[in-house]
Amino acid sequence: MAAKKHDFIDQKLQDLNNDGIDRRGFLKCMAWAGTGLVWTMSGGVPTSRAFAKTADRSAGKGADFSFVQISDSHIGFSKPANPDVTATLQTAINKINAMPHKPDFVIHTGDLSQLSKPSEFDTLDQVLKGASAKQIFFVPGEHDMLSDNGEQYLARYGKGTKGTGWSSFDHKGVHFVGLVNVANLKAGGMGSLGHEQLEWLEDDLKGRSASTPIVLFAHIPLWTIYPDWGWGTDDSEQALSYVKRFGSVTVLNGHIHQIMQKVEGKVSFHTAMSTAFPQPAPGTAPSAGPMKVPAEQLQRVLGITDVNYVVSGRSLAVVDSPLDGSSSAASGDAAPQVLMESEVG
Amino acid sequence: MKKTNLIACMAAPIMIAAVLLLAGSPSVTASDQASATNAEVKIDNFSFGPQTVTVPVGATVTWTNLDDIPHTVVSTDGVFKSKVRDTDEKFSYTFTKAGTYSYFCSVHPKMTGQVVVK
Repeated sequence: MAAKKHDFIDQKLQDLNNDGIDRRGFLKCMAWAGTGLVWTMSGGVPTSRAFAKTADRSAGKGADFSFVQISDSHIGFSKPANPDVTATLQTAINKINAMPHKPDFVIHTGDLSQLSKPSEFDTLDQVLKGASAKQIFFVPGEHDMLSDNGEQYLARYGKGTKGTGWSSFDHKGVHFVGLVNVANLKAGGMGSLGHEQLEWLEDDLKGRSASTPIVLFAHIPLWTIYPDWGWGTDDSEQALSYVKRFGSVTVLNGHIHQIMQKVEGKVSFHTAMSTAFPQPAPGTAPSAGPMKVPAEQLQRVLGITDVNYVVSGRSLAVVDSPLDGSSSAASGDAAPQVLMESEVG
Repeated sequence: MKKTNLIACMAAPIMIAAVLLLAGSPSVTASDQASATNAEVKIDNFSFGPQTVTVPVGATVTWTNLDDIPHTVVSTDGVFKSKVRDTDEKFSYTFTKAGTYSYFCSVHPKMTGQVVVK
């Protein structure tokens, strides 16, 4: 059983090495409207499965807690790619509410609104009020910064945050850090964290035990996916250097409106689908804008992400996952490491 | 008709004709100059087109967003800054000083352009 799993993992990692997730193959197995990715960390090894397929599984069994990531709701957008983004956001919330294991909280990785308008934030708040998870954490997207450096956004969602809206919190032994990489963007550049935030981050992580699982979340991907379209963060290297020493790091991003995943050592990167509209795969269209799909397919390319954490004290099946797909021997250390497994079918 | 009267009668039309001729001749005015050289920049597919425009001092450049995503037009030197422009919205700026003005979209900073004012 274990061997089979590992073969599968290697195979999937090969796919990742070549061109990221094969969207068609992945999506073929999505039965569902608003498909999501379920991540289960069993013994520190996260496993992602097609959400629809695991609705009835004990995906949450043994998990200390779970949370859900949603992203890019773009409330206010109303064009052919999706004339009713409020409805699809509602579908996503309904999905969260129907989950057999209740998430402790929700993280929204930005582009809450389309134009940073008060009415758009109001509508979003109305929909989110109906979520079973009462705690929601936010980071802004570039669409939320359109009015005076995010004044509207910060007034509503900036409580307890610093600077342009960054903050950290702890939950059941896991340390969460919300970063803002959509402010003070420089001409010709991509996402940017900035000096002040990086200094804060370094300080925030100082002194924490390396066995503390870390979750970083930010709007624009913290790794370089496609520079031509600005899909990356100019100064993320420095941020990632601060988390290098930790045994388990998970990076959750949005912005690109499709799932992309990468594992580099102990750091697992993941971008979420949007709840509003999909965008083309890198380089497959003249630009990164909203992509129209046949109406009956729309819900298949939108989604949520479920993350389940199990922090167990016993020895873990720790698997290093270098990019060439080879796996290393298990370590006896308690520090959980991160491996991503995508099970399709 | 008396001779003097005839001359006077002939003089008037000639004078009138001369005045009319002078009035009708084309002259280069400031407004003619500007309307012939204002420039348009189209924002589409996450890019400014044309990426570089050259205009004379006093010209007005108008950006129109044809994309289905909002954009902004922001000078890198703080000279001009548009509000966010959604689809079909415009932004205009009149350049009163010569120079090269680099700008970008502050929402999608990979989008850059230049206005050269001569």
